[in-house]
Amino acid sequence: MLSWQQIKGDFPLLINKGKNLIFLDNAATTQKPKQVIDAIVDYYTNWNSNVRRGIYRLSEEATDHYEKSRENISNFIGSSDPRQLAFVRNTTEALNLLAYSMGHNLHEGDEILLTIMEHHSNIVPWQFLQEKGVKLKFADINEDGTLDMEDFRNKLTRKTKVVSVTHCSNLLGTINDAAELAKLAHDNGSLFILDGAQSVPHMPVDVEKLDCDFLAFSGHKMLGPMGIGVLYGKYDLLNGLPPFNGGGEMISQVYTDHSTYADAPEKFEAGTPNVEGAIGLSAAVDYLRNIGMDEVRSHEKDLISYTLKKEEEHHIDILKSYGPRDMEKRGGIYTFNLGEFNPLSMSEGLINEQIRVGSNVHPHDVATGLDSSNVAVRAGHHCAMPLTHRLNVVATSRASYYIYNSREDVDLLFESLEKIRRLYA
Amino acid sequence: MTDEEISTEILLDHYRNPHNYGQIEDANEKLIEFNPVCGDTVQITIRIENDVVTDIKFIGRGCSVSQGSASMLTDKVKGMNIGEIKKINQEDILNMLGLKLGPSREKCALLSLNALHKCISNHEKKTHGGN
Repeated sequence: MLSWQQIKGDFPLLINKGKNLIFLDNAATTQKPKQVIDAIVDYYTNWNSNVRRGIYRLSEEATDHYEKSRENISNFIGSSDPRQLAFVRNTTEALNLLAYSMGHNLHEGDEILLTIMEHHSNIVPWQFLQEKGVKLKFADINEDGTLDMEDFRNKLTRKTKVVSVTHCSNLLGTINDAAELAKLAHDNGSLFILDGAQSVPHMPVDVEKLDCDFLAFSGHKMLGPMGIGVLYGKYDLLNGLPPFNGGGEMISQVYTDHSTYADAPEKFEAGTPNVEGAIGLSAAVDYLRNIGMDEVRSHEKDLISYTLKKEEEHHIDILKSYGPRDMEKRGGIYTFNLGEFNPLSMSEGLINEQIRVGSNVHPHDVATGLDSSNVAVRAGHHCAMPLTHRLNVVATSRASYYIYNSREDVDLLFESLEKIRRLYA
Repeated sequence: MTDEEISTEILLDHYRNPHNYGQIEDANEKLIEFNPVCGDTVQITIRIENDVVTDIKFIGRGCSVSQGSASMLTDKVKGMNIGEIKKINQEDILNMLGLKLGPSREKCALLSLNALHKCISNHEKKTHGGN
């Protein structure tokens, strides 16, 4: 049985900071184990050269490392063919690629079905298509923060060409039933895209079992380096998409008046790729596989259920938290407010309401207060403004867990929240 | 108590019991400043007579830094002439608060100063704008 405390010892930054950092902003990015840092250093120390085009051994070796990384990550998500993975910068770029490339085949009146719990990266790229008359629809949530399946079914129509949904909400922690949503989409003749930014790092994800057509995720949220992400697509679907960026590597032949393109995944990897990133992400995948994704998931499940238990024990009068309390549907994300600030209607609200803040503590003050106890959390709208407004608040504070967090971190979070509550009372 | 703790206590006192909270009926300038990043909001109403601020009030919603600094700033500028007010800069506000704020919180601190400067600028356009 592995020790979570031992795991913490693999992370140089966490060792250096010691008690001065309780890092609870893992939904934003994660710290890196020395195995990942070493892999990147090893690449630059021993293998660095441009991939694919060099007709010399060093370049061939670099290419080999790059492609082996693709294969390793492909296996990790249950993809049987590494050509189904294109390396991109992050989830955001993967979703922009999809919206742009799929947009060529979308027409006025076509619909895209999203949910109200999407990150901005799964909303804004699709909004660009509104210019050509494509319509966006948003499935709502239930009171408990789960997806309103009835609303989803109602909004899935004959016109729905694409369904793009987050696997796990970065704000509510809600885990959506991806397999069920994929089935509904496919039965309707729609393509199904899964935003795996908050799921691939935290739980077993098997693209073939889930039957998603496309999956997007980021390396830096799963112990890997920044600037590397993955777009997975079923091979024929991925290869069938028009290219996104043009340039070197993605072409077959170039003439002055036209070009022909390489097959996927090269087709979507214009320019010199982030080789260091791919190798670092592959090392992160090895690290996670060594722990076991089932173990990762149970550790986080333990932390979030412990969090909700502490919440009830401390019973801070003005504390309100969001998201499902059924642990099967909840990832390791705890979003809350110490008193809610509701959005203002600028035209009338200020003047008519004579607003007083009372003892409510603004999320910015919560985050600053926690920071003074060395607890790092995120405060704001978490790149999910539509969801924040749906919850009728201007902002929230969020603690999000990963493998190196412990129950002691949760204890400290609540002790610090008590302190802040007293300070503002 | 350290200086930092005293400054925090003063700020929180302004936050809980803001000075000059409300609005002036016969204001010559009224302006709402809004920070789209965090939703902090401050509305300022101001009465200026012969280039001197005779009264100023604010209404707002947001964090302790944005609301507390609005309360302190409105105290500070009452009775000042607009020439003096225009000279108030970012550093003055941070000194007034006496807190070490990171770059992300400085924006909150400057919300009310930005609103005030816009009020003054609008007022000048009306009175000295040559129309």
